[in-house]
Amino acid sequence: MTIGDLTARTVELEGHDGDAIEAYLALPLDTGPAGGVVVIHHMPGWDAASKEITRRFAANGYLAVCPNLYSREAPGAEPDDAAAVARANGGVPDERLVGDVAGSAAFLRGRPGSNGKVATIGFCSGGRQSFLSACSLDLDAAVDCYGAFVLTPPPDEFPLRIGPLGDRVGDLRCPLLGLFGADDQYPGPDEVAEFERSLAAEGKEFEFHSYDGAGHAFFNTDRPSFRPEAAQDGWERIWAFFGRHLSA
Amino acid sequence: MCTYRTTTLAVEGSGKGAAGWFPVTDASVYFDHPVHAPADHTLNVDLRNPSRGASARVAVELDPVSARALAVAILDMLDNAPPGLIPS
Repeated sequence: MTIGDLTARTVELEGHDGDAIEAYLALPLDTGPAGGVVVIHHMPGWDAASKEITRRFAANGYLAVCPNLYSREAPGAEPDDAAAVARANGGVPDERLVGDVAGSAAFLRGRPGSNGKVATIGFCSGGRQSFLSACSLDLDAAVDCYGAFVLTPPPDEFPLRIGPLGDRVGDLRCPLLGLFGADDQYPGPDEVAEFERSLAAEGKEFEFHSYDGAGHAFFNTDRPSFRPEAAQDGWERIWAFFGRHLSA
Repeated sequence: MCTYRTTTLAVEGSGKGAAGWFPVTDASVYFDHPVHAPADHTLNVDLRNPSRGASARVAVELDPVSARALAVAILDMLDNAPPGLIPS
């Protein structure tokens, strides 16, 4: 296979409650079989950065799909406008998120080049949602990139009543990779440490890395929060983790 | 971080968006990641009209010092408007 050869396009797949939702699909040109990755976009939406990450997985040999979690609120809208609508409406309900990820995972498993294995990865709010998906669905691996409010409840000012997930740790069904910035406040080092203790107490398979000198969103190459050393090591951890858990 | 912290309120007036002027009916105010401003966090305001679709939006992302100065300027302007111009 030639690393980097891929094809990508917008598709429609069946999400929660059978709803048709938009998704960005990126596939390696090599016909596989290969594992799949569901990319859960951050709160700013189904944007160029999220699609770039999706292509990155295809460029490295994985079938990748990024569902537009705001498909219902603002179909066809620019991602920042859609994100504004979703925020004003209270964000994405957890149940709907799980349904959309389930549909995305099934979509990948149904592709001709799939080896049947699927992981999730999520950034920021998507990090929490990646963990939630891994507690709710049959997945083969999950990556949480600095997801906040996994153990602590979100502030009252947020109109959506999404609750903390501390009581779901025992439900985790697959290995979890967590990548965090040591300077991040949400999740702060104390919450990350407590998350680790909870996973260990439940006997779950997990691997956490916290990077000194990095805060929230250190993977974001187009934002001031970008930390190349942390991002480079983080990507290496991701490739090793998926190499172990998404191989046939 | 994604602060999630958001205040929404009803507003009345007009805004100029990508497709020209439109009546604004809803506002969101939040301190969170900007889409465009070169900062980790900004004070963001969306002035919207949901009945006209997602793109009926005027958005600003301001650094916190600027946002506070703007808020003070708005309140000062309203507090010192000539008598009788602002309905009670």
